[in-house]
Amino acid sequence: MTSHTTTPLEYKTEQSQMNILGFWVFLGAEIVLFSTLFASYFVLEHNTAGGPAGQDIFILKDVLIETFILLTSSFTSGLAIHSMRNHDKKGVLIWMIITLLLGAGFLYMEINEFIHYVHEGATIQTSGFTAAFFTLLGTHGAHVTFGIIWISLLLVQLVRRGITEKTSSKLFISSLYWHFLDVVWIFIFTFVYLKGMVM
Amino acid sequence: MSLDEFFVTGDPLILASQIAIGLTMVGLIALITYLKRWKWLWNEWFTTVDHKKIGIMYILAGVLMFFRGGVDGLLMKAQTSRPGLDLLDAQHYDEIFTTHGVIMILFMAMPLLIGIMNVVIPLQIGARDVAFPKLNAFSFWIFFAGAMLFNLSFVIGGSPDAGWTSYFPLAGKEFTPGVGNNYYAISLQIAGIGTLATGINFVVTIIKMRAPGMSWMKLPIFVWTTFITSIIIVAAFPILTIALLYMTLDRLFGTHFFTVAAGGDPMLWLNLFWLWGHPEVYIVVLPAFGMFSEVIATFARKNLYGYKSMVYAVAGIAFLSMLVWVHHFYTMGNSAAVNSIFSLTTMMIAIPTGVKIFNWLFTLRKGRIEFSTSMLWALAFIPCFTIGGVTGVMLAMAAADYQYHNTMFLVAHFHYVLIPGVVFAVFAGLYYWWPKMFGFKLNEKIGKWHFWLFVIGFNMTFMPMFFVGLDGMSRRMYTYAESTGWGAWLGFSAVGSLVMAAGFAALCYNIYWSFRYASRNVGNDPWNARSLEWATASPAPHYNFAVVPEVENLDDFWYKKKKGTLGLKKSDLKPVHMPSNSWTPIVLAGAFGLVGFFLVFEWIPLAIIAAVGIVVGLVANTFDYDDGYHIPVDELEEEEREWRGDLQ
Repeated sequence: MTSHTTTPLEYKTEQSQMNILGFWVFLGAEIVLFSTLFASYFVLEHNTAGGPAGQDIFILKDVLIETFILLTSSFTSGLAIHSMRNHDKKGVLIWMIITLLLGAGFLYMEINEFIHYVHEGATIQTSGFTAAFFTLLGTHGAHVTFGIIWISLLLVQLVRRGITEKTSSKLFISSLYWHFLDVVWIFIFTFVYLKGMVM
Repeated sequence: MSLDEFFVTGDPLILASQIAIGLTMVGLIALITYLKRWKWLWNEWFTTVDHKKIGIMYILAGVLMFFRGGVDGLLMKAQTSRPGLDLLDAQHYDEIFTTHGVIMILFMAMPLLIGIMNVVIPLQIGARDVAFPKLNAFSFWIFFAGAMLFNLSFVIGGSPDAGWTSYFPLAGKEFTPGVGNNYYAISLQIAGIGTLATGINFVVTIIKMRAPGMSWMKLPIFVWTTFITSIIIVAAFPILTIALLYMTLDRLFGTHFFTVAAGGDPMLWLNLFWLWGHPEVYIVVLPAFGMFSEVIATFARKNLYGYKSMVYAVAGIAFLSMLVWVHHFYTMGNSAAVNSIFSLTTMMIAIPTGVKIFNWLFTLRKGRIEFSTSMLWALAFIPCFTIGGVTGVMLAMAAADYQYHNTMFLVAHFHYVLIPGVVFAVFAGLYYWWPKMFGFKLNEKIGKWHFWLFVIGFNMTFMPMFFVGLDGMSRRMYTYAESTGWGAWLGFSAVGSLVMAAGFAALCYNIYWSFRYASRNVGNDPWNARSLEWATASPAPHYNFAVVPEVENLDDFWYKKKKGTLGLKKSDLKPVHMPSNSWTPIVLAGAFGLVGFFLVFEWIPLAIIAAVGIVVGLVANTFDYDDGYHIPVDELEEEEREWRGDLQ
């Protein structure tokens, strides 16, 4: 960070620094959480008990669009943080609202995808495979939902209070969370969908 | 569901408890109302964010749960004291050993240790509070909600009865219908959230809030063990979260994670449970090691021998603790190679643990040992724990474990690890830090009664279990035939458990006696101790330190005390920033408890309605911009003069 000689706004107070570090530690716990979900999925992925397997139901096109939407939303949330550091409140609002819309679009597609699976005869009760699949995907989807609500509430605070030391650290933390969800999705895309369609 | 199914009926023991619980509740509410203490309770305790008060509440909850878990233990001992007794039937015995295990590990050991950590850690690092005081209050209340929900099972709906490990398929709906195991899955989930939050809180507190000059190798050893324990919590508890989530889904929503019928795998439960469960052993035992180290150094009047090797040993144990989980199920059909690897990693833990034992012994060597009650606990710990450790190495040999597994030998082994390793430590810590919490010492004479009764009772109770175990008595047997010849051993063991219970009663009496009669004039440093928490008043003021101390040495307080440079300059006083009380933690935890209760009974619509309470609490919390308040200088000066006499 040679170009920035001053501390970024979100790191100004000691409490903000601690909040951000605390959130990193929390993300460490989240990594363990998702690793456990992935590990269980790998244990159960071939236990279809006569029900549909991954390659029977996955639709690559839809998953690719979902991936594209979510990756873009990570980029726009980055732009929002960039605007925040430039004290551009309007920019933050615009980019964050785009991020949230993309997140909502992702959720919409994922829910449709789930409905499609249920029609194909793959419910969460069908087999060990579907239980692990829906729980892994569902946990990620629940995180996205939580993120959308959380960031919306932060935007209300931003409108009311402007870009302050406190709102900026809150927004920065929420963007870390959003990027994290993206990273998890990349693993889901690779090790659930691509692997499921090839093997 | 009829009322008859909702309340557990038909057992005189449970009926008596229901009446006792009802009367106690009514009595407590009446008493508090009569004394007009509701407002005081709400303002001083229920909404507090002060780490010391939160710690005291944890300790109180832990002692209560110790009583509950202890009664379970006594009932088991009574049932097996003679062959062929039918004091408890098989079902009731199953419920009791299940709740005994869960309560003792998760609702007794954990809160007692976390309670002491809460009181002591910020003081030892010279901080004003933990990094996230409000989150800390939330951790306590949600742990408490989980603990109360678990205890409710006893009178409402029925206790879990599949063992504290709740192995599948036994723990599934097919073999364990009813709500008992729902209680297990959901109350542990709720309490686990609090533990994870505590872990995160302490990691950040210790990284960020150390007093100026307190580098990593100048940290008191208890801070080190707490730090590493917190890291294990962050690394292990999410695994439990997921395992319990799967259990809940299997039981409530008919998924097949663990049921073979539709492609589930019961071994997945075992692996996940012990991937969390083994590190959990070290989560409870490492802070205890830290406490012993502090107590031994103080009462041997020497610095801790091999401080650095102690730190590395703790870190090594933490690392190895994640690599040994398969030793809990050697006999479940793993290949010889897998068993050998886990046998090896398990035995490796004995190396750093041995390092620690030798460090304690060398600290004692040539020390001027003072046999205070807390020192006695630390001294008794060393041989008792070594018995636990040596039998652990016996169990670690996979081939030999085919003989011992699931016998009373194993039960005796882990009681020999956990009781000296955790309970003795908590007792040592309570006697040691009691003045810092309350401003008076516990009575030493009653303390010695407590010590001798408990230690003798402990050995009487668990030593015979090694022998009946080697003789083939499997664990969880609710009765046995006279021809086995175990009657004499187990009768002796039951007498021992009564002696141990008398020891616990002595502790309770000691607390009562000392509250009434002990001298309030103990000063800030009653034990002539070494670490920073003794540099401030006893009980510690709510702001901890009027001026944040500057640290130059390991055992800085000891050196400054010898040099006589501990005074406080009036000119150094500045207003102190403090966090405000908050109602969100207790209300939010209450909402979690309510949702949990409805989920236990699978009343999903009600659970969804109650979940609105959680959402409201979280929204209120994110809009909370309370920045706390400042204590003015003259208030600090007045409080400091009260115990220092005068300022420089």
